[in-house]
Amino acid sequence: MSDPLDDLIDAAARTLDLPIEPACKAAVKTNLKVTLDHGAHVAAFKLPDHAEPAPVFVA
Amino acid sequence: MTDLTWTSANAIAYAVHDGQVSAHDVVAGSLARIAGQNKVLNAFTAVTEERALKRAAAIDAARKNGERLGPLAGVPFAVKNLFDVARLATRAGSKINRDNPPATQDSPLITRLEASGAVLVGALNMGEYAYDFTGENVHDGPARNPHDTARMTGGSSSGSAGAVAGGLVPLSLGSDTNGSIRVPASFCGIFGLKPTYGRLTRARSFPFVGSLDHLGPFARSVYDLALAYDAMQGYDPEDPVCVNRAAEPTASLIGNGPDGLTIAVAGGYFRKGAFPEALTAVERVVTALGVTREIEIPEAERARSAAYVITATEGAALHLERLRTRADDFDPAVRDRLIAGAMVPATLVDQAQKFRRWYRAHMLELFKHVDAIIAPSTPCTAPLIGQQNFVLDGVEMPVRPNMGLYTQPISFIGLPVAAVPIPLPPLPIGVQIIAAPWREDVALRIAHALERSGVAAAPRPRESA
Repeated sequence: MSDPLDDLIDAAARTLDLPIEPACKAAVKTNLKVTLDHGAHVAAFKLPDHAEPAPVFVA
Repeated sequence: MTDLTWTSANAIAYAVHDGQVSAHDVVAGSLARIAGQNKVLNAFTAVTEERALKRAAAIDAARKNGERLGPLAGVPFAVKNLFDVARLATRAGSKINRDNPPATQDSPLITRLEASGAVLVGALNMGEYAYDFTGENVHDGPARNPHDTARMTGGSSSGSAGAVAGGLVPLSLGSDTNGSIRVPASFCGIFGLKPTYGRLTRARSFPFVGSLDHLGPFARSVYDLALAYDAMQGYDPEDPVCVNRAAEPTASLIGNGPDGLTIAVAGGYFRKGAFPEALTAVERVVTALGVTREIEIPEAERARSAAYVITATEGAALHLERLRTRADDFDPAVRDRLIAGAMVPATLVDQAQKFRRWYRAHMLELFKHVDAIIAPSTPCTAPLIGQQNFVLDGVEMPVRPNMGLYTQPISFIGLPVAAVPIPLPPLPIGVQIIAAPWREDVALRIAHALERSGVAAAPRPRESA
């Protein structure tokens, strides 16, 4: 069975028209895994349905 | 006044005002030091000698004519090479951008510093497209730490820190998206100021992550930081994020000291993973200021994760077309992170931005009870150039993305920070003085008190002594 992360990278590369040299794929995968882990950590935080994003921070 | 290597910007300006030294001699001295030492430090990627000497001559002529000189008269300074400098391509640490046509005018922050009498002497090395904490650049070579040239300056404002710490200039400008002023200030043992998000215009500088990018100064004294910061304040409609807010000068306030301020030290996340030297540095600051209160910044680790996700995805969006067409011209370490960022689901980015609002609200609540928070700038002192990994809290991690462990949760919501150097042997390390939005004056007052007490100081490297 193939690794879902490899499948995601292959599909995203095709969809985004983003060529990835085979030699770079392992590094892309490592970085993607780290970023998704950070994303999962954020997503695990429960926020109300009415939470608004802050796409540009206003101090 | 003969050797100005370690003279402050303020002292230089006084000397020029008083006629003890000409602006020409000051600038020529800086240019000579750059010519002599940049071969080792690799801080500069361009030297604007002709322009600088012309500008210095104009200052000397103005003085001779009895004209009023600015507070930074004759002070040489340099900028990270993501600032537009007229007649230079704004390379932003990249190979790709140096193919762009030269900038037609300077960044407004350069213009504002020059209006105060400062003299631009060049552009500085940086990590490619500012996606870096090491100061290593595959195109221009690594900037080297003046305290030990085998070690990193930190990044991404690598040359900005190396040039000031090495005595080439007393003042420089850098950018800070996730820690790129505070990390190199820590490794190189100098002061840095990351102002409130929206305070200083970013017009005509090359972006990285628009919703996190800040610009700010480096110096070897707090007063110099304040002078430069004051000179650069002010609204600029060319940066849509720059807030239309009256300038709030700080140089006249920093001598007020920390009396009356409530200061706490950050616990929990900000102690986890810190090497002993980082904890020692924080302890020295805490002791000097008589801080007894420890607070927990809520969800700091998650804030860092959210900043990480936003950085990866916004950075990828910025560079997507270049990744498609010129992938081979990127630093591979930067390219592979950006490609990965392009593949992160939008749902995670949205959650990160929503969390950002939650986190801001809770941080602002904290600032109802304290005026400033003390935290380490970096978990350790400068690693060796080329070092790939380090061990944090028992886990081996790559250096490049993880040196911003303690800086990212702060810039994530744009809080102002004065980064102060603690001169521990054998290498300095920085501490963050974090204040509420728009209270740069509070951070600088505390930084100045630490400097006056001798706890914070920019140590002079042996080579330039």
